[in-house]
Amino acid sequence: MQLIVELLLFGLTLGGLYAMVAMGLTLQYGVARIMHLAYGEWLIAAAFGAYAAFTYWQVNPLITLALSLPVGFAVNWLVYQVLLSPLVRRTQAGPALEVDSLLATFGLLFVVQGVMVVLFGGSYHSYNFAAEAVNIGGALIARNRLIMFGLTVLAGLSIYLFLSRTRAGAAVRAVATAPGNAPLVGIDVRKVSAITFAVGGALVAAGGVLASMFLTFSASMGVIFTMKALIVIIMGGVGNMLGAVVAGLLLGMAETLVARLVDPGLTLAVNYLLFLSVLLWRPAGLFGRPVR
Amino acid sequence: MSNRRQFIIRSAVLGGAAAVMGAPALLHAQAASIKIGYTVSKTGPNAGGATSQITPVYKMWVREVNDAGGIQVGGRRMPLEVIEYDDRSSSEEAVRAYERLATQDKVDFVLAPWSTGINLAIAPTLNKYNYPHLAVAAITDMAPQLVKRWGNIFFVQGGGSMYGEALMDILDVQRKAGLIGSNIAMVSIADGFGVDLSGGARKAAAKHGFKFVYDKSYPVGTQDMSPLINEAKALNPDVFVAFSYPPDTVALTEQARVSSFNPKVFFVGIGTAFPMFLKRFGANVEGIMGVGGTNADDPRFKEFYKKHVELGGAEPDRFTNINIYSSLQILQQAIERAGTLDRAAVIAEIKKGTFDTANGAMKFTDQQWRDLWFTGQWQNGQYYGVAPAGKPGARKVLLPKPAWKPV
Repeated sequence: MQLIVELLLFGLTLGGLYAMVAMGLTLQYGVARIMHLAYGEWLIAAAFGAYAAFTYWQVNPLITLALSLPVGFAVNWLVYQVLLSPLVRRTQAGPALEVDSLLATFGLLFVVQGVMVVLFGGSYHSYNFAAEAVNIGGALIARNRLIMFGLTVLAGLSIYLFLSRTRAGAAVRAVATAPGNAPLVGIDVRKVSAITFAVGGALVAAGGVLASMFLTFSASMGVIFTMKALIVIIMGGVGNMLGAVVAGLLLGMAETLVARLVDPGLTLAVNYLLFLSVLLWRPAGLFGRPVR
Repeated sequence: MSNRRQFIIRSAVLGGAAAVMGAPALLHAQAASIKIGYTVSKTGPNAGGATSQITPVYKMWVREVNDAGGIQVGGRRMPLEVIEYDDRSSSEEAVRAYERLATQDKVDFVLAPWSTGINLAIAPTLNKYNYPHLAVAAITDMAPQLVKRWGNIFFVQGGGSMYGEALMDILDVQRKAGLIGSNIAMVSIADGFGVDLSGGARKAAAKHGFKFVYDKSYPVGTQDMSPLINEAKALNPDVFVAFSYPPDTVALTEQARVSSFNPKVFFVGIGTAFPMFLKRFGANVEGIMGVGGTNADDPRFKEFYKKHVELGGAEPDRFTNINIYSSLQILQQAIERAGTLDRAAVIAEIKKGTFDTANGAMKFTDQQWRDLWFTGQWQNGQYYGVAPAGKPGARKVLLPKPAWKPV
């Protein structure tokens, strides 16, 4: 019995981390059509922000978390307006945009990483916050992991509701599914894209602050998170918030089950096995609709 | 298709541009100076280790030497002039950079990069140009064969299996004293380092009659250690051993604390000796064992520690940093003894000499230093070497490790 509780709890919290990391990218890539390669760098930048605030000025990371949302939004909005909107104009938001944004954000990756190396050096960082064990049905888990899981569910749910129940959300979905036709019904595609991209930035910043509470990180670890997020969003269906959450939880669950019941050496293998089987079964991802 | 090709070409250009941007930082340009070159992984997966072990020590040594006026060569003092590149944790990049240091920058001597892989990758290049190669941050069981191939390479931190063997040797002593039983749970990272060290431990454990109740490897980059720790805990071993990298070392320790997993011996891998580890776990480090170690009471270590903070700008770890510093002292003394910048003469000096270093007297046997700490333990807020037990300054192992304190 305790084993089942443990497996569920650890699987869900690990999956929550994956889902949190992926939610921002699914908006940026799925709606704004920007394959944001510097995505993981922003996550690490937010983690460093939380680290610095906590160790130098004793700021509670939950306060940093609240601040990270508007800051992440603003920074990513600027990135879109300054760096990416010329590309959007030039490519008419066509298929070439994905390749061009890939290159532009690849450059951005080096810039953000370089700034972090200059500010914090390349070594590992971590701090202690809400690390005390909580007993749930006999399974012991750190409180910071529970905080992460709770907030991930909250964020995923509220964005899902926003997208599916509101008029503005419908506009975002229109841009995601038919960017060519959306202007016909009076949607300003560029504006919606910019705002969605910025919301994605706010989410990744929040994810970085949350992850920094329990992960050990260094300036060059961003790419790990970009890759993980990519797997999750492609598996869940690009641009689908529910897909990102479900795929993230599935991967976390699968990894935990295999690590505990079979062999921890097989977690990567099961990761890609799951990924490939989903894509064979549904090439557009779990919740994706085949486009074009 | 053309898009993809374009992408590949353009990313190659971008990568090249990034390499050039991180290019030569020239310091102390003077006429009669000794040119020293090296690469350090400022970015990429090795950056975490390289920038805390290589960068501050090299910086500290260069400042120390230049503050003293330079290295004594024949009748005059020659200051150091440094050329540094970022190898971006890539072997190919490092090979190119050392090739460039040798042919274009024409440096007199090179300092070693970080990691076993990169050191072995550049070894043929350094051998071709006959540079003395003091590969400190490189641990390989192949060392005895490699020194036959490359007469210019020197290994300081032994081979991977030696760490596993040393650990089992001291565990055997503890078991004979009745402090621990025979059950061991072991996890290791699934790469060369983990395979070498766990392999050595497995062999030595079989010799001593220890039993592995859990023996699993995990992939690089694993972020959640709860399945490993909880399964190990359920098996109730007396000894927990992890051959892990810094982020995993922290994650395993954190998970053990959260899960109240209190084996009598708790041993974790690289990172245990880092100042970051102490900062993260505070009083909870007491009794934790790990690879490497120092004689923290030795005045030479204390002096090194002070200088590292003052000149290097950071706290050193309690194992590799002092070994790297000692290797620089060896290079310096060998140049001074040779009285010339002739590299063959300097290599000959390193091979035959005994050197006065922060580690005490150091001498290479078959181009390998074998008198190092293999196992350490946190005791009273310091990380002391405990194995080999016969080494001067070795502390007694304290068992059992105290239970985790609430944070």
